[in-house]
Amino acid sequence: MTEPLLCDLSVPGRIGMRYPEPDVPLAELPVLLRQDLPLPELSEVDVVRHFTHLSKLNYNIDQGMYPLGSCTMKYNPKINEDTARLPGFALSHPLQPIETIQGNLLLMYELQKWLGEIGGFAGMTLQPAAGAQGELTGVLIIRAYFKSRGETKRTKILIPDSAHGTNPATSAMSGMQVVELKSDERGNVNLEALKSHCDETLAGLMLTNPNTLGLFDENVIEVCRLVHEAGGLVYGDGANMNALLGIVRPGDLGIDVMHYNLHKTFSTPHGGGGPGSGPVGVAAHLVDFLPYPVVDIIEEGDEDMPPLYGFVQPKQSIGRVKSFHGQFGMMVRAYTYIRMLGPEGLRRVAEHAVLNANYLMHLLKDYYHLAYDRPCMHEFVVEGQWDDAPEIHALDISKRMMDYNLHPPTNYFPLIVHEALMIEPTETESKQTLDKFVEVMREIAREAHETPEVLKSAPHITPVGRLDEVKAAKELVLCCGVESIAD
Amino acid sequence: MFIPHTQEDREEMLRTIGISNLDDLFQDVPAPHRFPDLNLPPALTEMEVLQEMQSIAVSNESMEDMICFLGAGAYHHYVPSVVDAIIRRGEFLTAYTPYQPELSQGTLQAIFDYQSLITALTDMDVSNASHYDGSTAVAEAVAMAHANFRGKRNRVVVSPALHPHYRQNLRTYNQGSEIEIVGDEDLSSLSKGPEALEDLIDLNTALVIVQYPDFFGRVYDYTRLADKVHAAGALLAVSVNPIALGLFTPPGKFGADIVTGEGQPLGIPLSFGGPYLGILATRMEYVRKMAGRLVGETVDNRGQRAYVLTLTAREQHIRREKATSNICTNQGLMALAATVYMSTLGKHGLRQVSELCYHKAHYAARSIGSLPGFSLWSDQPFFNEFVVKCPGPVDEINMYLLSEGILGGYNLGNDYPELANHMLIAVTEMNSRDDIDMLADVLAEVSND
Repeated sequence: MTEPLLCDLSVPGRIGMRYPEPDVPLAELPVLLRQDLPLPELSEVDVVRHFTHLSKLNYNIDQGMYPLGSCTMKYNPKINEDTARLPGFALSHPLQPIETIQGNLLLMYELQKWLGEIGGFAGMTLQPAAGAQGELTGVLIIRAYFKSRGETKRTKILIPDSAHGTNPATSAMSGMQVVELKSDERGNVNLEALKSHCDETLAGLMLTNPNTLGLFDENVIEVCRLVHEAGGLVYGDGANMNALLGIVRPGDLGIDVMHYNLHKTFSTPHGGGGPGSGPVGVAAHLVDFLPYPVVDIIEEGDEDMPPLYGFVQPKQSIGRVKSFHGQFGMMVRAYTYIRMLGPEGLRRVAEHAVLNANYLMHLLKDYYHLAYDRPCMHEFVVEGQWDDAPEIHALDISKRMMDYNLHPPTNYFPLIVHEALMIEPTETESKQTLDKFVEVMREIAREAHETPEVLKSAPHITPVGRLDEVKAAKELVLCCGVESIAD
Repeated sequence: MFIPHTQEDREEMLRTIGISNLDDLFQDVPAPHRFPDLNLPPALTEMEVLQEMQSIAVSNESMEDMICFLGAGAYHHYVPSVVDAIIRRGEFLTAYTPYQPELSQGTLQAIFDYQSLITALTDMDVSNASHYDGSTAVAEAVAMAHANFRGKRNRVVVSPALHPHYRQNLRTYNQGSEIEIVGDEDLSSLSKGPEALEDLIDLNTALVIVQYPDFFGRVYDYTRLADKVHAAGALLAVSVNPIALGLFTPPGKFGADIVTGEGQPLGIPLSFGGPYLGILATRMEYVRKMAGRLVGETVDNRGQRAYVLTLTAREQHIRREKATSNICTNQGLMALAATVYMSTLGKHGLRQVSELCYHKAHYAARSIGSLPGFSLWSDQPFFNEFVVKCPGPVDEINMYLLSEGILGGYNLGNDYPELANHMLIAVTEMNSRDDIDMLADVLAEVSND
């Protein structure tokens, strides 16, 4: 049984919400008056049941393990939801006088400081809305840095072939030229290829470390040195920062600018696709280029008076990347999380994320071909195909996992691994959960060889089966009440 | 707490891997930099952290402590309880982007509902699954128009009455591109309305951007502007306040090609500026140039109606450096909040909220405009915001209002030097007649001083 659409549930005359009658004299209605407002008519009960029914069709972390590689689907603490909704935070307006929002500014100031300490950066902006916007901010900072030095020929950005798709898209948006760098046979940046691009047009390298293969680049110091020697800067994609908390600070390795994903590393919920939050940290030579405004102390305090926090504009700022101050509600959640874990707790997060991934890798490597047989960090990649079961693909394995009440890993990414299945368990899964996962994965490997049709026809127990994606793209039914628009 | 491992679990797992302790997992990390001491405050328990967060939160003045007349792009509206009850459900809150449709029909169908409601509200053909906020939605509209003309039209004409943050953001996004932004720096045209933009539209123009109601609250009929834009072969983007569309003619009716907007008023708390919701809708002919996620209807292999992310070949994870935008994450949960809000209010409720805002704002404008020393800046029709010329500096007046428990309007001198001493006042259904009378009384004291 599928759930009807809102528009199908609508019954003329139903009311879901009443407002008080106007307590002021009525004004004449405008000339540009709307004639028809074709929204649904539902009772509150209709609305609650509709969305409750829909919610039950979703897999989610509260239900079970969600091993999507590079997504860091860790458990989202419930206390974060309460703190973000405290009226002082949730009911404050972004344009209030600073004297009335000292709590918000203190929180942002501390979070800037803490994230800088965790990543080894001198300056921080909390404004970017998500990882991709953090990347845009970072690349625009690199561009502005070279412009300020008159080095306008530096427009080449090197991006390893294992990178997220956002990296090349971001660089192109920023007016930079994208050059792809091959990985070497151990999954590291290929140093010879890197050297061949180190010239006076080099603006920088976008490095995801650990990379999307889950590998820590063994030559990271050398990579940063080569880029710096050629006059370039190193951008760090912090999507995989969960592996590094308290283990190493990217800034100490030579990364000049890096974005964080509060919705991955710092436990803010993914919300079915956002909101994210993508703060950006920079080394000392880049702080003048940060987006405005940045939170700072504008009047020092003393014994009797706390300091006064306010907004400042960096001298050569790239500008504003978002209205107001960023995804503040996500900052409150991340602050709560860091405050609850403390420095030792953060290190334990990384240790257990890496422990869990290596444990799974060891228990699966005799059943699935490992893309790179080396100790991994927080995630690893296996191939979802066997020479002796060639008709089975990563997609079939993924769909079959659903029949065992598991969410599949990221599939077909990174692009450099054939039939990739990218597995990231995170630190919040217990040994018992991991053992169950291994059991299922081994069973599916057996089925792939013995009863492949059961994989081909999977999933069987989900609310819907495999979808006709071609029909969706061809007929383009994108809202309710519209006939399909075939090409 | 959030890490379930016992000592026995850990030891057994390490044995399985074949190492003796956790530190051995990090051999690839350069030794001199391994395990830094982080200078962070020590861990707190949940009870302690809640206390600390409460003490930080109460050091703000919030809408619980003040009567709010501040808007300027973020509005204090009533949020029905049902909205938070739904978006707090773990099934929505803790789900990932719906890349596996068999396990994500809830999120997918909710987005489809969202797309349906936004197209109905704006009178457009298609809405995407959202952008970060009203400002980045405008920036995406520019990228979309630029792509539509294959980069051959490079001029973007922007109204000076578009939100100042949105205009700043446009410049940030386009500093590395060939796009030329014109129109919004001619502040002499502030009082003229959309006609002032007409002369700037040429055959190199890709997009003209206006706001509805504009930043000063004014409502213009953009029909004539749309005709001029289309005569030049360009596109018209209109940035909206969605609550105003409960009462005013939707942009689709006067020829908008792209409608963007800040969706915060649709059931999303002020939350100091975010997370909010970027609305973007367009006509079907431009759907392939639109960035962002999009949900389409289809069937499954059991013959059931079902929903899936579609036209993904436009997006960065496929097209990489050739994509129009790098957007990946959207504002999923905020789009859900807006969907629940719009479906709860429905046809009648949204109209009612719009009218309440309209009538109360007009009452406030009449009261304040008749005070000695104060006058209304414009006689153009408006929705729920209006500009008042004040007898003195706005910041000083606001400090006085604050001492009386009133959060005053926005100081337009911050962004428009010629509008020093002008205040932008917003009124919503949250303001009672008593609130408005009190504002007028306190302002009267200011003018008597």
